Amino acid sequence: MTTTTGSSSATGATGAGRTRVEGRDKVTGAARYAGEIPFAGLAHGWLVLSTIARGRVTAVADEPVLAMPGVLAVLHHGNAPRVDADYVGMLGRPNPVVGLFQHDRVPFTGWPVALVVAETSEQAREAAEALVVGYEEEPHDVAFRAGRDDAYRPEDSPMVQADAGKGDVRAQLDGAAFVVDAQYTTPEEHHCTMEPHAATARWDDGRLDVIDSNQGSGWVAAEIAQLFSLDRDSVRVRSEHIGGAFGSKGLSAHQVAAVMATTVLGRPVRVVMTRRQMFSLVGYRSPTAQRVRIAADADGRLRAFDHEALNLTSTVHEFVETSAVLGRVLYDAEAHRTRHRVVRLDVPTPTWMRAPGEAPGSFAIESALDELAEKCGIDPIALRARNEPATGPVSGLPFSSRNVLACFEEGARRFGWADRDPRPGLRREGRWLLGTGTAAASYPSGVGRSTAAVTAEADGTFTVRINASDIGTGARTAMTLVAADALQVNPDLVRTRIGDSDLGHAMIAGGSTGTRSWGWAVRLAAADLRERLALGGGIPPEGITARSDTADAIDALPQQERHSFGAQFAEAAVDVTTGEVRVRRLLGIFAAGAIVNPLTARSQLTGGMTWGLSMALHEEAVRDAATGGHVNADLAGYHVASHADVPLVEADWVDDPVPGDPVGIKGVGEIGIVGVAAAIANAVWHATGVRHRELPIRPDRVLRAAGETPGA
Amino acid sequence: MAPPTSSAVTLHINGEKYTLTVDHRTTLLDALRERLDLTGTKKGCDQGQCGACTVLLDGRRSVACLQLAVAAEGREITTIEGVADGDRLHPVQQAFLDLDGYQCGYCTPGQICSAVAVIEEHAAGWPSAVTEDLRPEAEAPALTADEIRERMSGNLCRCGAYAQIVRAVARAAENVTDEVKEPVA
Repeated sequence: MTTTTGSSSATGATGAGRTRVEGRDKVTGAARYAGEIPFAGLAHGWLVLSTIARGRVTAVADEPVLAMPGVLAVLHHGNAPRVDADYVGMLGRPNPVVGLFQHDRVPFTGWPVALVVAETSEQAREAAEALVVGYEEEPHDVAFRAGRDDAYRPEDSPMVQADAGKGDVRAQLDGAAFVVDAQYTTPEEHHCTMEPHAATARWDDGRLDVIDSNQGSGWVAAEIAQLFSLDRDSVRVRSEHIGGAFGSKGLSAHQVAAVMATTVLGRPVRVVMTRRQMFSLVGYRSPTAQRVRIAADADGRLRAFDHEALNLTSTVHEFVETSAVLGRVLYDAEAHRTRHRVVRLDVPTPTWMRAPGEAPGSFAIESALDELAEKCGIDPIALRARNEPATGPVSGLPFSSRNVLACFEEGARRFGWADRDPRPGLRREGRWLLGTGTAAASYPSGVGRSTAAVTAEADGTFTVRINASDIGTGARTAMTLVAADALQVNPDLVRTRIGDSDLGHAMIAGGSTGTRSWGWAVRLAAADLRERLALGGGIPPEGITARSDTADAIDALPQQERHSFGAQFAEAAVDVTTGEVRVRRLLGIFAAGAIVNPLTARSQLTGGMTWGLSMALHEEAVRDAATGGHVNADLAGYHVASHADVPLVEADWVDDPVPGDPVGIKGVGEIGIVGVAAAIANAVWHATGVRHRELPIRPDRVLRAAGETPGA
Repeated sequence: MAPPTSSAVTLHINGEKYTLTVDHRTTLLDALRERLDLTGTKKGCDQGQCGACTVLLDGRRSVACLQLAVAAEGREITTIEGVADGDRLHPVQQAFLDLDGYQCGYCTPGQICSAVAVIEEHAAGWPSAVTEDLRPEAEAPALTADEIRERMSGNLCRCGAYAQIVRAVARAAENVTDEVKEPVA
């Protein structure tokens, strides 16, 4: 196949489109998610969240609630089991919100203050709503905006390098032929997984057994063990089917509440978040305020690239939305500066959300590049080609592979870019002004240590054990195909077990690292097994098992810039008399290494692009300054793109071999969203002549802009 | 004496009869999931905004989270577990499977139930908000991609599988129509 790259395959299992191995279960309703496993004696927990944004709890009137029918317990800071949230987990210190009911402080609206447990969910809900909580309220501040004088530079960490730079930005700006200096903002955005966070916990023969919806069951098991000071082996977390995650499904309040309640009551307890609770408990993408300054020579070569991004965090935990890291990969300049700043407010802590950093960052810099192209009078794709760096602009390291220009070339051909008249505001079709736009995309291709076991069974089949998480990515199917390829057998002979912390250590499903990390471990174990089987001899009843651990192989990787790349194309129609913006088509072409399963990879890519459309036009969580809470914490008020919003969305890829890389897989979970909002905003400019630097591009903003810009 | 807070109801689901006593507050959705172990119907928002709990009530689409179980007595209820014909998948289910009309799968039962009804609503000549010619004598509109998108818009998919879902519904509609014309032996 021309669209397949990477190692050659004897069976051709990878590279050929395969439907999901759990597909039949998903289309018949047989697939069970975390809140759907029945247990005898199951009790239901319902969280109670604070209604003030800052202060302390003075009283929890649990007596009348305990007298209500079916109520079994009310847990709060006065009686909850003690936990130790002062630990360092796989991704750093935990969000203090998991230190449930340990003190009376309230740091934001929606902080969990109690859990009501009852025999049925109806009883628990009514009792939770009846629980009177007294507060001592203090003044709060939830106003995020650019230019706050209390913004600070976050400390560098393994996850975040706050500032990077070289050269003299001021000097290069002064001497440049063209300068773009613009502010861009993106709003607070929420993951809104279709499946609300849910966990059932119980003690089973001395072990804690948690059925949960998460993106790393080993990760969550380890965090629970640390939090409750338990032996790691005494905690088992299972997560077979996961109804979406997008960065929001690690350790949260629901698992902790369920574990506390089952420990206190001695019976299984399920805690499911309500849709409204998810808006304050599971993290979100911080709003951003970004300033981009780019200076170029007369021929469009960059002399200065300067990107400063501000995000908010809570008063109890730091999260940095790494919006400015994208420029460290995409563009070089004589003077290059990228900086992150953070402001602490009385709000919940943000977290990773699909393409954290790159999604909002790409809106700013890919819009700015388009503005520069306009000023220079150079085609936006030609401008990017002219500034293609040979090595990492800040690191100086070589790229493992970088085929972004091939993406633009193929995308331009398929989108019909060559026929585009660059002048804005010229194309009209009835009430619609039409325009097209483009943007570059990039996202890191990371890897994390994983272990796997592959067994040749006595009946001629094979069993793969890898603690992967299938959050909708098709991981179960992908690992089946990777194993079949390495074993050189038909995928129908391979069973893959995932989503169980007892399967051993593996990387989480996050940061587009899953397929690369797990696939590597599976390939090593399967290759080892194949060699052992080649020696001949029978297979004993217990089978023959080969195991792998990628720790050493990962350590041996050379230092390189490893990223997926892409080119996004959008066509937008704008009605400036109603303010309506409709996206007519999206095309994304990607360079993302070897594609394991084209069917599911394409779904991930178009899914990411659909997120980009939703980000560009719809999504915006609005916080009320008076209460500190949301005014639109539901799926009617917080609109995510629906069927009618989403036009023709196409994704494809170019060959992207990664020379010398032992895996060749890069990951496709995030790259699809990167750049889409900028491509749409650039198309709206091309349609109307108006730049939209604030997301989402709402009708009122289109109308206001049309009013301010005569002729637009 | 306090008025009763629960009642016995008989629910007709997927051709089976279930008699149970339910709390009056119990939604049809919770009765299916928590009492009858029919967990294929999903709870996405519990407030009628996402469509994940879409079931068919007397053949028409309904969100089970906004329906009280006691009010569903006497209705013919079809859930995702009742869409297939035994082991033979409904053409909508088969098309979702073949064309990857999902990712995480959580909205899928609602999408499929909705699509089954959309195809029937369209075949019965019902217009939608994007149907151009609304005159009574007008010919039934073709089930275009835009018609499918409009009619399916009550079913959110956060994974963003819309492009594949629309293709799946279109393919299934063709298959359903074909089957009506030429029943499979």
